[in-house]
Amino acid sequence: MSSSTGAATPDARGSGAALDVSATPRIPFTRLTVVEMRKMADTRAGKWLLITIVVITALAVGLLLVFAPASSQTFESFLGVTATPQGFLLPVLGVLLVTSEWGQRAALTTFTLVPHRGRIVGAKIAAAVLLGLAAIAVALIIAALGTLVGGAADRWGDYGWADTGNFALLQTMGILQGLAFGALFLNSAAAIVTYFVLPIAFNIVTSIVDQLRDIQPWVDLGTSQTPLFDGGGVTGEEWAHLATGTVLWIVLPMVVGSWRMMHSEVK
Amino acid sequence: MPRMSRTSGVGYGRLWVVIQVEHVTKSYGAFTAVDDVSFTARQGRVTGFLGPNGAGKSTTMRVMVGLTPATRGAVTIGGLPYADIPNPGRHVGVLLDASAQHAGRTGREILALGAVTMGLPDSRVDQMLELVGLTPKEAKRRVRHYSLGMRQRLGIAHALLGDPSVLILDEPVNGLDPAGIHWMRGMLGNFAARGGTVLLSSHLLHEVEMIADDMILIGKGRIVAQGAKADLLQTTGTLVRAVEEQALHEALTGAGLTVTAADHSGLRVDAEPVDVGAVAAQKGITLVELRAGEGAGLEALFLQLTSDTQREGVVA
Repeated sequence: MSSSTGAATPDARGSGAALDVSATPRIPFTRLTVVEMRKMADTRAGKWLLITIVVITALAVGLLLVFAPASSQTFESFLGVTATPQGFLLPVLGVLLVTSEWGQRAALTTFTLVPHRGRIVGAKIAAAVLLGLAAIAVALIIAALGTLVGGAADRWGDYGWADTGNFALLQTMGILQGLAFGALFLNSAAAIVTYFVLPIAFNIVTSIVDQLRDIQPWVDLGTSQTPLFDGGGVTGEEWAHLATGTVLWIVLPMVVGSWRMMHSEVK
Repeated sequence: MPRMSRTSGVGYGRLWVVIQVEHVTKSYGAFTAVDDVSFTARQGRVTGFLGPNGAGKSTTMRVMVGLTPATRGAVTIGGLPYADIPNPGRHVGVLLDASAQHAGRTGREILALGAVTMGLPDSRVDQMLELVGLTPKEAKRRVRHYSLGMRQRLGIAHALLGDPSVLILDEPVNGLDPAGIHWMRGMLGNFAARGGTVLLSSHLLHEVEMIADDMILIGKGRIVAQGAKADLLQTTGTLVRAVEEQALHEALTGAGLTVTAADHSGLRVDAEPVDVGAVAAQKGITLVELRAGEGAGLEALFLQLTSDTQREGVVA
């Protein structure tokens, strides 16, 4: 073979054409966040999940309006009935934010357009928080409408901004935990199943094993989150419980999951 | 073709190196997928990256765009590592796998997401759809219902969205019908003629032969040949077939000519056709075929590469 390795490449070095990138700004983070939110809504699964969240929220409020005695139709109870279905669905949304494109290998395209994967992880977290806040806004509006129609005498009670903030925090933690589990497993089924099963199993174990019962509020996020919605306010120690539970169940999986997203090969 | 400037060197009309792959090695445990690979792709040329399936083409291309970290070595595109190119889609169009898209999105939505990410107007999406020949109706269908050829066209549209000056395409012709291959050839030729740089991979010699100006051959993770297509395909001896093949073989050897190969397709002789013909005429041998063995060397090399890594049903 006359033309073996390198034979016909005369300018192997020293005369390259350089890309002129001076007029190309980096992609702004806001745009990446917008794209991540759009990706949640432009597939059939994502779109229906978003629609389901709104519909079920309205349905829960409607059921309370029809079946609950007028005296118990307060804003707090209306908001309370939205919490459970949203608490189930928002984490699924968080999981899908990562796994839907990972499973379909669309992440290949995403990471080619944005090679700094940490920015994509950040954009997904921002998108999760914004989508969570939007769902909470929907819950607040529908609950308020239900309250206006409903018949309790003291319908607004003493429900205040602190309670609203705690409620928002609870739901945002849910969607972020879902996102973290999605990143950790990079697979929808594994992430969703683990998200729902593991905390329950953990809760059962810490409830029945005597030695663990004392530390349960510190390590069981479900237990430490209870003060966020039981209407009794959150004490200093309870905030500390929340903090340790959050580190264990949200921050830690998020860190490991982010590492996986940033270093895994998208095959 | 915008956004290219020459850094060094003089020589007007020379071909500028845009993609520079230097000593790239990628190992997975004990397995070396890419072994000390170095090559260049030059401006204004279509460079074909040819090798059997599993030879390391895709891995090399993934390393080029930062999807797979190299164990050793480095790649620059226009002098920059891919990750240092801001908004890389505006400079380097990439198609690595036409099927790596969310099957539940419409073709148009996939392009629209790319356009938003890169900061391009929505009108660019329609331009690209038209360029690659996807009708508005097809663009509204979900990608799950696309044929491989349609996915390839969509992938090309995605790679071209940002009006890049460099294209990196992994098996872009795979799944295209003959008309599609013809179209791809024209499109990439135009792109290069306007000063663009194209690197495309293929496991089919004839595909690359049709489209590429330069060729790089890879087998088992190593580069085995590279150069301009014209050089690689240059005449290498003569191919001859005769009714009395055994007699011809003896006559040629007797005349001092070297027979380099003999098989069912005839004899390969290290000589000009006219000399081979003269020997045959002298001995009264009936020739069935006599021609310059164009590309025979490359084809033989490629077949050898392929048979080394042959898998059931893969025919080059």
